[in-house]
Amino acid sequence: MTDLYAVHDLRLSLADMTSKPLFGAAPRIEILKGLSFTIPKGAVVGIVGGSGSGKSTLGRALVRLLEPSSGAIRFDGTDITHLAEAQLRPLRRRFQMIFQDPMSSLNPRHRVGTIIAEPMRLHGLSDIRDRTARALDHVGLPQHFATRFPHELSGGQRQRVGIARAIALEPDFILADEIVSGLDVSSQAQVLNLLERLVADLGLTLAFISHDLSVIRRLCQRTIVLYQGQIVEDRATADLFANPQAAYSRDLLDAIPLPDPAQPWA
Amino acid sequence: MSFLSIRNLSVRLKKGPPLLRRVSLDVQAGEVRGLVGESGAGKSMIGKAVLGILPPSVEITGGEILLDGTDLLRLPPKDRRRRIGASCALIPQDPLTALNPSHRIGPQITDRLVDILGWSRSTAESRARDLLAEVQIPEPDRVLRAYPHELSGGMRQRILIASAFAAEPRLIVADEPTTALDVTVQKQILKLIAGMQARHGTALLFVTHDLGVVSKVCQNLSVLYSGMVVEDSAVTDFFAAPRHPYSRALLAATPKYTDPAAGLTPVPDEVIAAVRAEVAAFDAGGIA
Repeated sequence: MTDLYAVHDLRLSLADMTSKPLFGAAPRIEILKGLSFTIPKGAVVGIVGGSGSGKSTLGRALVRLLEPSSGAIRFDGTDITHLAEAQLRPLRRRFQMIFQDPMSSLNPRHRVGTIIAEPMRLHGLSDIRDRTARALDHVGLPQHFATRFPHELSGGQRQRVGIARAIALEPDFILADEIVSGLDVSSQAQVLNLLERLVADLGLTLAFISHDLSVIRRLCQRTIVLYQGQIVEDRATADLFANPQAAYSRDLLDAIPLPDPAQPWA
Repeated sequence: MSFLSIRNLSVRLKKGPPLLRRVSLDVQAGEVRGLVGESGAGKSMIGKAVLGILPPSVEITGGEILLDGTDLLRLPPKDRRRRIGASCALIPQDPLTALNPSHRIGPQITDRLVDILGWSRSTAESRARDLLAEVQIPEPDRVLRAYPHELSGGMRQRILIASAFAAEPRLIVADEPTTALDVTVQKQILKLIAGMQARHGTALLFVTHDLGVVSKVCQNLSVLYSGMVVEDSAVTDFFAAPRHPYSRALLAATPKYTDPAAGLTPVPDEVIAAVRAEVAAFDAGGIA
């Protein structure tokens, strides 16, 4: 299997606005502190960590919504670390993102059909109508949903629209950033099952950011554990759960509240 | 006798559909009762009704909320507020919006004690310091002078817990107090709430959508669907064998990392249809 992503010594720093003086520049704070890993084609990789561990920042660097400070990100052989927007544009179609909060990532004034079609229009695709219909079909939404507005949908349905928008471009890679954390368990189960099916049917490579290890265990073959901007563990998910190496991974596992009153919770 | 006893409480949108349908539940001193359900099931609405903070768009159409034997709904508003203020408190969901960003932490804890409950400033301040120590905040004096943005999410939630316990309430409503937090921090906060609650013998109404959390902190739970209590069980009985088909389905949809092979089953359509039929039958019964 070849690697879709090869990341080497990735560093990223951002301005720390909380300690910005009234005048002058804010100090820089290093969020990602030298990450190296690969994502093979067709893999489903989980990225876990606490808040502030840098998991979302890492995700945003992978789809180049953020530019790394140093290190290298190669996407399918191309170095995208510092590519300018014009050169990135054709590549963007190949790596898509699904956002955490569908309410704020779907334009409330557009109908679902327009929302799904917009990126395709941007990339100059043809047959947009057919592709929109196919995308709705893939995520299990009836065709007449194309004329609805986001506020008319439930949380789970909105998240399906986010997924439809991403897969409509037929990308190679999808980054899903905490996409089920706002959903009820039943919708969460539906969205996870859907994602699993799409990965298999469309041959997608998926990076799934989550703080919920039970969800990661269910979906991902491999898991990267981040702690304070560094990778503390990167292993097959089954091994990680059977025998966590890093102290932080053990803490994470111990902290999951299993729906079982008999589980000791020391 | 239970400290809080809700009898047949019905709430609806003004001139709109019912939001709570004859809800009954009890919470004893020293007991933690979980309120579980999907979003929109009405779990927060119950907490708000008890605390008298229902939004103006809804109205109570029937039932009783007995606090220590007195029906709150029969009291004049002023007496009701005084009674609730003296014996109840809230631990809110989002620790960032619950704290005023432009005020220091100290006054946000002590002002209520001084202005409403008539404590002296110095008693209130020393009480605040003791409580911050009890919720394991290092350097309480520094934190009392800090602004909310200088503190982490876990820290802010500890402050709200301390604040809730400040006036020794007999009932606390915790409305999804850990959903905004990491699992590792969630664990610390839940243990903290459970420990404080047990030490102070407080009755606790714990609103959550997470059955895992329920199994760790609650002794009893009420499962809600569409404003109706479909199951009221002891936690041990519930997890051994949920009685209502909807509760069973909810439990089956909850992922368990110890059981990765088990398929995740969304709540099946026929279960939803059945529980909706129950709700419809209830509404057709015409009892408000």
